[in-house]
Amino acid sequence: MLEPPVTEQHSLPLGFVRGEPMFDRPDDLYIPPEALELMLEAFSGPMDLLLYLIRRQKMDILDLPILPITKQYMEYVELMHELKLELAADYLVMAAMLAEIKSRLLLPQLASEEDEELDPRAELIRRLREYEVVREGAQQLDHQPQQERDFFVGSAFTDAQDIAAQEPPAVTLADLSLALARVMQLVKAQAHHQVMREALSTRERMSRVLERLSQVKRLDFVELFDVSEGKAGVVVSFLAILELNKEGLIRLIQAEAYSVIYVSRYEQLAQEETPAL
Amino acid sequence: MISDKQLKQIVEAAIFAAEQAVTVDQLLSGALANFSLNRPRIRQVLDQLQDDYRERGVQLVEVASGFRFQTRAELGPALANMWPERAPRYSAALLETLALIAWRQPTTRGEIEAIRGVSVSTQIMRTLQERGWVKVVGHKEVPGRPALFATTKEFLDYFSLQSVADIPALAEPPEPDTRERDMIEVLNSENGTN
Repeated sequence: MLEPPVTEQHSLPLGFVRGEPMFDRPDDLYIPPEALELMLEAFSGPMDLLLYLIRRQKMDILDLPILPITKQYMEYVELMHELKLELAADYLVMAAMLAEIKSRLLLPQLASEEDEELDPRAELIRRLREYEVVREGAQQLDHQPQQERDFFVGSAFTDAQDIAAQEPPAVTLADLSLALARVMQLVKAQAHHQVMREALSTRERMSRVLERLSQVKRLDFVELFDVSEGKAGVVVSFLAILELNKEGLIRLIQAEAYSVIYVSRYEQLAQEETPAL
Repeated sequence: MISDKQLKQIVEAAIFAAEQAVTVDQLLSGALANFSLNRPRIRQVLDQLQDDYRERGVQLVEVASGFRFQTRAELGPALANMWPERAPRYSAALLETLALIAWRQPTTRGEIEAIRGVSVSTQIMRTLQERGWVKVVGHKEVPGRPALFATTKEFLDYFSLQSVADIPALAEPPEPDTRERDMIEVLNSENGTN
């Protein structure tokens, strides 16, 4: 998935001049002022310049050749000083530090001071090594695929959110009854070995209700129930009546509140023109 | 029981349809909430999907904040022509600052300056924070209480990384500062005597 970033230990481009990588530098320290200005932009700071000088000498940071490096560094800084004073400030701090280390190295040392911790270069070497890691890390980061530059995040259109946001439709009692009837049928279909369920089919009960109503004009609601069938039978009969009513095959008529509910077939009712509920 | 084919389709569609990268947990509690599935099975499906896409222009990639589909990095130059504006190029100074924060986090402005040898540009810090790559995670309990900066998941996502350790140069943690090391030694010896 991730390409291993290319590590360039000894051939780091110095910088980019109009998109072209610059690897080489004039042999002596004379640089035309315009070129120096470009170079200044190529270095990200005094540590970068110092690291460049050390690498140009093909030296290990650990054997920091403080004397020649300081000399070269100072010449660069002097050139910078003439051109870009405000930018040279950070470089001057480094120059001062190098000069301090140089002077300390030139002074005779007492034997007791030959502790490694007291080598004036130690702190600078530590900083250089840390900076080297950061510089390397920054370059590897730049080689890493970058969003918008190297890759784009893919996405697909979905209307799933619209579906989720939609208001559920209002459910009527009739819909519920229907759903229950379907469930009952499903149960029946999956449990066909249960003869009792077969006997209590709502569809079948509907037919039976219609059949009975075809024989008589109207029936008392209560007469449509057979109490001997038990609760399940009553429920099925009730569902059948609701179902028939919903399908417009029967009408339920009640003259006044709490009075007897009569059930009749729709056609018969239409002929009589009795107000229906 | 959901078939492997159906599961793969749901996972693929969920990652494409999501606005951000999706984690295994988000898949389990989101698109796959109605199925009782375990994490190894999802991982396995994600592996298969990654394989399926290996040769395609779009890849299934795991970044810090989860899985997402992204175009192949090699296609960047071709795809860039679709838009008139060029992708931003970040300066060496900005990338160094970013790499430094990623490596030494949580770290202060002072530490960044000490290592880079340059004063930290306010503009760079502002850009890094505006892009959401760097944020202040606290304050160091020293005089002045300087802000402690750290990198974010957005930073890792942007550079298509799962963690900072994916950058080889930054994989090794920094050596503790000599002063800090001395302090740790002092503390350790004090603890030893108690």
